[in-house]
Amino acid sequence: MALDTVAQAVAHPDTAQPFKELGLKPDEYARIKEILGRRPTSSELAMYSVMWSEHCSYKSSKVHLKQFGEKAPKSDALLVGIGENAGVVDVGQGYAVTFKIESHNHPSFVEPYQGAATGVGGIVRDILTMGARPIAVMDPLRFGPADAPDTSRVLPGIIAGVGGYGNCLGLPNIGGEVVFDQTYLGNPLVNALCVGVMRHSDIKLAKAAGAGNLVVLYGAKTGGDGIGGVSVLASETFGDGGSTKRPSVQVGDPFVEKVLIECSLEIFAEDLVVGIQDLGGAGLSCATSELASGGSGGMKVQLDKVPLRDPSLSPEEILMSESQERMCAIVEPSKIARFLEICKKWDVTVTVIGEVTDGNHLEITWNGELIVDVPPRTVAHDGPVYNRPLAQPEYINRVNAEVINVPMPKSSAEIKAALLKLVSAPNMADKSWVTAQYDKYVQGNTIQAQPDDSGMVRIDEKTHLGVAIATDANANWSYLNPYQGAKLALAEAARNIATAGARPLAVTNCLNFGSPEDPGVMWQFAESVRGLADGCLEMGLPVTGGNVSFYNQTGDVAILPTPVIGVLGVIDDVRTRTPMSFTQPGLDLYLLGTTRSDLAGSEWAFLHGQRGGNSPEADLQNEMNLIEVLLAGRSEKIFTAAHDLSQGGLAMTITEMVLRHMVGATISLDDVANDLLSETPGRVIVAIDPTQKSALTNLCAKYKTPLTKLGTTGGDALVINETSISLPELKTAHTSTFPKLFG
Amino acid sequence: MRVGVVTFPGTLDDRDAARAVRAGGAEAVSLWHGDADLKKVDAVILPGGFSYGDYLRCGAISRFAPVMTLIIEEAKKGMPLLGICNGFQVLCESHLLPGALTRNSDLHFLCRDQKISIENINTPWTLSFTQGEEILIPLKNGEGSFQCDDATLKLLEGEGRIIARYVGENPNGSRNLIAGITNAQGNVVGLMPHPEHAIDTLTGPSAQGLGFFTSILNALVK
Repeated sequence: MALDTVAQAVAHPDTAQPFKELGLKPDEYARIKEILGRRPTSSELAMYSVMWSEHCSYKSSKVHLKQFGEKAPKSDALLVGIGENAGVVDVGQGYAVTFKIESHNHPSFVEPYQGAATGVGGIVRDILTMGARPIAVMDPLRFGPADAPDTSRVLPGIIAGVGGYGNCLGLPNIGGEVVFDQTYLGNPLVNALCVGVMRHSDIKLAKAAGAGNLVVLYGAKTGGDGIGGVSVLASETFGDGGSTKRPSVQVGDPFVEKVLIECSLEIFAEDLVVGIQDLGGAGLSCATSELASGGSGGMKVQLDKVPLRDPSLSPEEILMSESQERMCAIVEPSKIARFLEICKKWDVTVTVIGEVTDGNHLEITWNGELIVDVPPRTVAHDGPVYNRPLAQPEYINRVNAEVINVPMPKSSAEIKAALLKLVSAPNMADKSWVTAQYDKYVQGNTIQAQPDDSGMVRIDEKTHLGVAIATDANANWSYLNPYQGAKLALAEAARNIATAGARPLAVTNCLNFGSPEDPGVMWQFAESVRGLADGCLEMGLPVTGGNVSFYNQTGDVAILPTPVIGVLGVIDDVRTRTPMSFTQPGLDLYLLGTTRSDLAGSEWAFLHGQRGGNSPEADLQNEMNLIEVLLAGRSEKIFTAAHDLSQGGLAMTITEMVLRHMVGATISLDDVANDLLSETPGRVIVAIDPTQKSALTNLCAKYKTPLTKLGTTGGDALVINETSISLPELKTAHTSTFPKLFG
Repeated sequence: MRVGVVTFPGTLDDRDAARAVRAGGAEAVSLWHGDADLKKVDAVILPGGFSYGDYLRCGAISRFAPVMTLIIEEAKKGMPLLGICNGFQVLCESHLLPGALTRNSDLHFLCRDQKISIENINTPWTLSFTQGEEILIPLKNGEGSFQCDDATLKLLEGEGRIIARYVGENPNGSRNLIAGITNAQGNVVGLMPHPEHAIDTLTGPSAQGLGFFTSILNALVK
C-alpha cells in the first residue's frame, strides 16, 4: 500500500477507509473528519481507532466512573488521583505508594500463558511509570468450572504465565483469588495488581512539557505482536466460529522488563526525565498523544526512527503495535547524554524519536513525509462518550424471589460430611498448587501472602513501616444485587486489611462485565459503580484509579458481574501485625459480629446449584466499627490471631485457622448449620489469651461490636459441638482438590 | 571482611543476599557483571535470579561476564565462593562445580519452605552448622533438579562433597536429594535453596539460613 500522507488525504478526500474493520462506528468516523476538517490518513485512522476503543477510551463507562470523583471522600492521603497511570497515596514517613489493578481477560483466553504474562508486565510498567519501584503483585483470577476440559488448558497456562513473568521480574506475588463459575468458561478473568513505593519527591507524571525537549523511546524494539490487540480483542465479544486471533496477543519478555525497571529507576534517581509514559495498550499512539496532551500540547515524531524487530512493518502498524517492555520519556537536551549512558550500562535500546513543540499539533513523519497531524487531545481525551441505555434485567426480580432450599446438616455425620464437602470444593480448597508457582520471598520484605487475609510487605527496614493489600469480589452477591455486591466487596477487602491491624487507606478496582451494549449488563455496571462510589464515600476511602473490562461474554451469556475491589492499607510496624492463626493451645476463640441467615449467594448454595434470594445488605457503619476493633486490638496487643469470615462462612474460617499451624480447636455453636454456613458479612474470628477477656469485652463495647465466645484452641482435631474431625483428615480434604484436578 | 555480591542483568536476589551478608556481620560489596574488578573482596556470592533471562541455558551466558573471569581465577586459588540458585547454575556452567541443574521433575516453578540437612560442615560457608543439622529455608526455582553421571555422583558421595540434602519428599527430582555441593578444595559451594531468605522469622520461614553468612564471617576472620 502506498504511503497515505496528510497531503494525500487532502488531495483525495473520498478514498474509502476501513473504519468499521478497525472498530469505529460511522458516527465516530464522521467525528474524526469533523475534528480534522478532512479525512484522516490511514495512520491517523489507526491512532483514533485504538485510542477510541472501549478499552482505551472508557467511552461506555466514563459517565458512570465520574462518580468516583464526585463522591470522593475528603482524604489527605491522595497525592495523585484518577487519570494518571496509577494513583499515589501518602503512607507516611515521606513514602508514597502507588497501586493499580488491570484486566487482561481476552488475551488470556486466546493464549493463556502470554496473555497472563503480559497482563503482569503491563501493570508493572504502569507502576514504574509513576516513578516507583514495583514491590509486589497480586492476581485475582476467575475460570470456568474446575473440571471443564477447557479449564485444564486455560488455568495451568495462566498460572504459569503469571508466575513466569512475575518471578523473572523479581516481584513477590502476595495474594489474589482463584474462583470458578460456569460463566467464566469462555471468559476467564485475569486481573493483575501491582504496588510500588517511592519517596514523595520522586513522583513522575505523563506530560511532555517544554518545547525543545526530546522524545525518547527506550526498551524493547517494536515488532508486529499485539497489533490492534487492545481494540480488536478487548472490544469484541467471543462468538462461535470466529477466527483464531492468536497473532493479536502480545508476547512478553520479562528479562527485558526487569532490565528496563532497573534502568528506569536509575534514570529517575538522577532526575533525568520531565515526563514519562509506558507503552501499553495502543502503543505509540497512546504514549505520544497522552504525553503531548498532558504537556505543552505539541510534539514532532519521526516514526521511521523507531527501532524495529520486523523491518517490514508499515507506519500504521508501528503506531498500533503493542510490543511489550517499551517506555517513552521526555528528556531535556542537557540531560540526554547521561540518559543514553545509563541505557548503555543496562544494554537497553534507546532512540530519540522526536521533540516537544509549542502549539497543539502532534505531527508524525515517515521518511520526511507528514502522515499524522492531529490535535493530540482529540486522540487521547476527547473520544466519544456514550450514555448507553440501561435497564434492570428481568432476572433480578425472579432470582430475588427465590427461596434458598439447601440441605442443612444436623447430625454429627451430616455436619462432618458438609464440612468436608465445603473445604474441598474448588472455590474453597487450598490454593497452594497455584501459589507454589509464584515466588513470594524475593526482595525479602514479604510479611504476609496467600493464604493470609491480605498481602503485606515491609517498605522500610529501619522503621518497619509496611503496606497491606487485599482484593475481593463476590460475584454471586453482585449477580443478586450489584449495588450491594460492590459495597460488600469493598467492605470485605477493607476488613481483610484490618484483620492484620493495617488501616485501610485507598481503593482501586477492576470492573469486569459483559457487553455494555446489553442494557441489563449496563445496569449491572452502573449499579456496581454507584455502590462502590457510595461505599467509598461512607468509609472515607478514595478511589485512586481502576480499570473497566467489558465484553466478557460468550454469545448472549455474560459473566457474573465481577467488580474486583482492591484496598490498600498502612501499618506502622509490621512486626506487630496480627497473624491469621494461632500456634498454641489454650487460647479463647471469639466471633466478632452477628450471624444471620445469609445463605443467598453463599458457597453452600452454589454447591447445591442455587443462585437465588437476596444478597445481604452492607452495613458499612458496622464494618467501620469492626475495623476500629481490629486496629485497636492489634495496637493494644489484645489479639493473638484474627481471621476474616467470607465465602464459606465460619466453617471455612475456622478450618483455615486450625490447618495453618495444625493446632486444633473446640467450638460450640447454637444453630450449628446456619452458624457454620451462613455468609453474613462483617464478621471476624479472633483468638486471645484468656487474660485479655475484659480488654476485648471493653473494646467491643466501645465500638458497639457484638461478641460471642466460640471455644478454645488446642488438640489435634476440629471439634464442633459433638462432631470431631481430625486435622489430618481435614487437611487432606482441603489440600487434595487442586493436585487432583490439575496434576 | 568484605563479601562481594554480583549483579548480572536479570539478577533478583542481590539486595537480599547483601542484606544477609550484613546480618551475618560482614560488609556487603556490590559487584557489577560488566566490571572486571573484584574491589578487594574476600569472598563472593552469586545470587539468585534469572541472569540474562536464563536464555540458552540457566547461567550459560553469565559465566562469560567480565567479572566471572576474575572470580573463576580467584576461586581456583581458594577464594570462598557461594552460588545460590541461579548462582549455582552459573557455577556449574563455569565448570567450577560438576553436574547440571535441569527442570524440576514436575515441570512447574516451585516456591516452598524446604527442610534440608547440612551434611558437610568443613566449607567456609557451612562451618557454623552442626553435622546433620536440619534447617528450614525457602526453595524457589524452575530448574533445580541436580543431575550428573554415575561416576560424578560416586565421587561427590565418596568425598563428602554433598553439603546439603533435601529432607523428606524429593521436591524436584534431584539425584540423591542433592540440594548443594562443593568443589574438591571445599571453597566453592553451590546451593539450590535460598538461605538469604531465611535470616529472620519476620520475612522468612526461619532464621536458620543465617548460618551460611555467619560461617563465612568466621571463616574469613580465622
